[in-house]
Amino acid sequence: MGVSVQTEIPSKCYHCGEDCTHDSLIFDEKKFCCQGCKLVYEVLSQNDLCDYYTIESNPGKSQKNTNSQKNRFDYLEDKEVENQLLDFKNEQESHVTFYVPLIHCASCIWLLENLFQINSAITGSRVDFIKKKVQVKFLHDRISLKEVVVLLSTLGYEPKINLSDLDQKEKPSIDRKTLTKLGVAGFCFGNMMLFSMPEYFSEAKLLGDGFKGLFDYLNVVLSLPIVFYAASDYYVSAWNSIRQRKINMDVPIVLGIIAFFLYSLWEIFLQGNAGYMDSLGGLLFFLLLGKVYQQKTFATLEFDRDYKAYFPVAVTRMNKDHEEVIPLIKLQVGDVILVRDEELVPADSILLSERANIDYSFVTGEEVPVPKQKGELVYAGGRQKGDPIFLTVQKSPSQSYLTDLWNNESFEKPNKKLLEPLANRISGVFTWTVLTIAVAAFVFWFGRDLNLAVKAFTTVLIVACPCALSMSTPFTLGNTLRIFGKGKFYLKNASVVERLALVDTVIFDKTGTLTDPSNASIQYFGEVLSPESKSIVKALVERSTHPLSNRINLWLGKIGSAKLDQYQELKGLGLTAEYKGQSIKLGSSELTKSIIKELPNTGNLVFLSVEDTTLGYFHIQSGIRKGATEVTRTLAPSYEQHILSGDHAHERDYLSQSFSPQIQFNFNQSPMEKLNYLKKLNSQGKNTLMVGDGLNDAGALQESQVGVAITDRVSHFSPASDAILDAEVFAKIPSFLAFAKDSRKIIKASFALSFLYNIVGLTLAVQGLLSPVLCAILMPVSSISVVVFTTLATNFVGIRKGLITSKQS
Amino acid sequence: MEVIFVLIAVSLVLAITFLILFFRAMKDGQFDDGYTPSIRILFENQPKKSIKNQPKKSKSYE
Repeated sequence: MGVSVQTEIPSKCYHCGEDCTHDSLIFDEKKFCCQGCKLVYEVLSQNDLCDYYTIESNPGKSQKNTNSQKNRFDYLEDKEVENQLLDFKNEQESHVTFYVPLIHCASCIWLLENLFQINSAITGSRVDFIKKKVQVKFLHDRISLKEVVVLLSTLGYEPKINLSDLDQKEKPSIDRKTLTKLGVAGFCFGNMMLFSMPEYFSEAKLLGDGFKGLFDYLNVVLSLPIVFYAASDYYVSAWNSIRQRKINMDVPIVLGIIAFFLYSLWEIFLQGNAGYMDSLGGLLFFLLLGKVYQQKTFATLEFDRDYKAYFPVAVTRMNKDHEEVIPLIKLQVGDVILVRDEELVPADSILLSERANIDYSFVTGEEVPVPKQKGELVYAGGRQKGDPIFLTVQKSPSQSYLTDLWNNESFEKPNKKLLEPLANRISGVFTWTVLTIAVAAFVFWFGRDLNLAVKAFTTVLIVACPCALSMSTPFTLGNTLRIFGKGKFYLKNASVVERLALVDTVIFDKTGTLTDPSNASIQYFGEVLSPESKSIVKALVERSTHPLSNRINLWLGKIGSAKLDQYQELKGLGLTAEYKGQSIKLGSSELTKSIIKELPNTGNLVFLSVEDTTLGYFHIQSGIRKGATEVTRTLAPSYEQHILSGDHAHERDYLSQSFSPQIQFNFNQSPMEKLNYLKKLNSQGKNTLMVGDGLNDAGALQESQVGVAITDRVSHFSPASDAILDAEVFAKIPSFLAFAKDSRKIIKASFALSFLYNIVGLTLAVQGLLSPVLCAILMPVSSISVVVFTTLATNFVGIRKGLITSKQS
Repeated sequence: MEVIFVLIAVSLVLAITFLILFFRAMKDGQFDDGYTPSIRILFENQPKKSIKNQPKKSKSYE
């Protein structure tokens, strides 16, 4: 007894590096764990591409569990689908970009960029490693799109093609435009500084008068691209806000730009003075720099996914007795579809087969598959585990129980919950104050000296131009975003920080958010397990990938496993094997034929039987996530908390003991009810933060002020949200919220700082004392000091809150 | 001192050339992916490859 099953010499697969346990394949004196890995090697060695294995060792992924259905790419022959997928097509060449989740190392890049060596009809391919995308260019007369996809899959790099790929083509990033503008502003600003040098030292009389005139005119020429190109976004934004009878931060900026430009023109052409063109260039350069800094995004994460990102493009439909693969959009109510192992049910359907085993982990966060009987309704979004099943479609894919959520009006408002940023509220007051001071200065000087009156009026507008004011927000928020990112909390954009700071109500989803499937509580009832029977159970669950097997495996801990014969995994039922001639079964009551009275009606049950005599059963309930109790208790004094659960109320007592007593529980919530619950809270004027994980929370995440999706594997799966939180830092939620509040305080403090500069500047300006030199000094000093202040302050708070270490910052 | 006029012209022409090069790099997408090229540059060029593939290869590595 207790003999280890892993007695074979451990040897690693040359392709994927996994242990080759039994019947490993040998080819070219190299070992392979399965046919698939060997096949990939054969293709590569035939094409002289074995460098793939030298760049990184064992770079492949195991080919054991790949879907080998031959016709699964048939839908790519459909012209409509093809056209929607292609980026570009001319007479000869087509370009297509695939998302390949498997890209993970240098070998992957090398192989995918050498595709042309395998098939000469492929003219080139390029990998974007961070986004895990590959763009393939091919001659469509010689190779079809389907053949390209098949080639990639035979190499083990199967592209993931989802319904959303058909909808929208990736837009060229806005980033490029802003960066170009920054480049132009930087170029002009740098050269203007150079030409203004003699002016800064005008007392020294370094150059003759002829140069001065030339330099001033050159400055005018260089200011044109800044005023008419680099600053264009600010005009649009300011105009839009004025049209809505509001004053945002860009209005005083535009006022300043106009004042700077017109006054400098007047000075240069009519007065023969130097003007302030270099300050204007510096202003725009710093402003655009702040904008770029704020635009930090997490390229590997996607925040805007809806159900289409998970739904397949194609579905297998039964037409009389033969299968055909059709695009999902052509699926109609009443069609009979075939769903194989690991495939998604694309629409609400009635089960025609005897039995199905549906995994709803995408939808609810619960990992354990749900058994379904013939005639039952299977909701869209479930994944079949086990033998192929037949279903009749009841509703079209976009009208299902789950997907109907996206037809709700909440998803149509483009800029939902647009909370007015702090800066915009201040800028209204700011603009009016500045205008009043400017007019007052003008009136004051008007009687005495018209020239001075004009000068005082414009210089007030120039010096009060809120460059320091408008830079404090982007730099504070941008830096907060980065610190959050280091703490594994990824925000969609910087404005989320401001909304996060105002949150007063926190709503949690239960399954998968407050509870953690991997932190399960397991109880065993029945005959006491001897060490021998424990080692048998261990041997059974060790080989299975079913979530319940994993949990029992964890519960058993590190014990030896027995040697079993005839091991079998019956998907949806359980595990069977023989031990010393006795048949052992572990699984559902259907498998073990157990009849036990008074079974618990919650959680999952796994029965153990020997020779069809039931020994006992395991009762498995998902446990509470590590840190969840502390999070709810810490938040309790200052936040209102709610729990929304799709489950029945039977766990209420157990949950209310663990969590803070003030929490309000809501059970039996459908995805739509969750959304409406959030709507109700919002209409009561609350600032809501929703924390959820599954597609059934998507509506609530969308409706809340801040929606946070929690996920174990950050790049993997998350519904559309404002932020993605790595599950391992769940316990830090209170610190994140506190930090967001602090960064709001930092913005306020830096406003105070820049007001100080404005007061100094204005005092000089109303007296008509402002010279180009002073302006050239004051402007960058104020901007840079505000930037330095916000950066240092946010880093300091971040370190104190334990979100970053002092080394990282 | 008049030589400064020439120098200014030269410096502006130089600066504008760089600006144009920057525009071109931007359009080519050189700023879109800042990571992959750092790996790509470490790959060996294969001596084995056939002459037929040569032009294509150099294209894919542009």
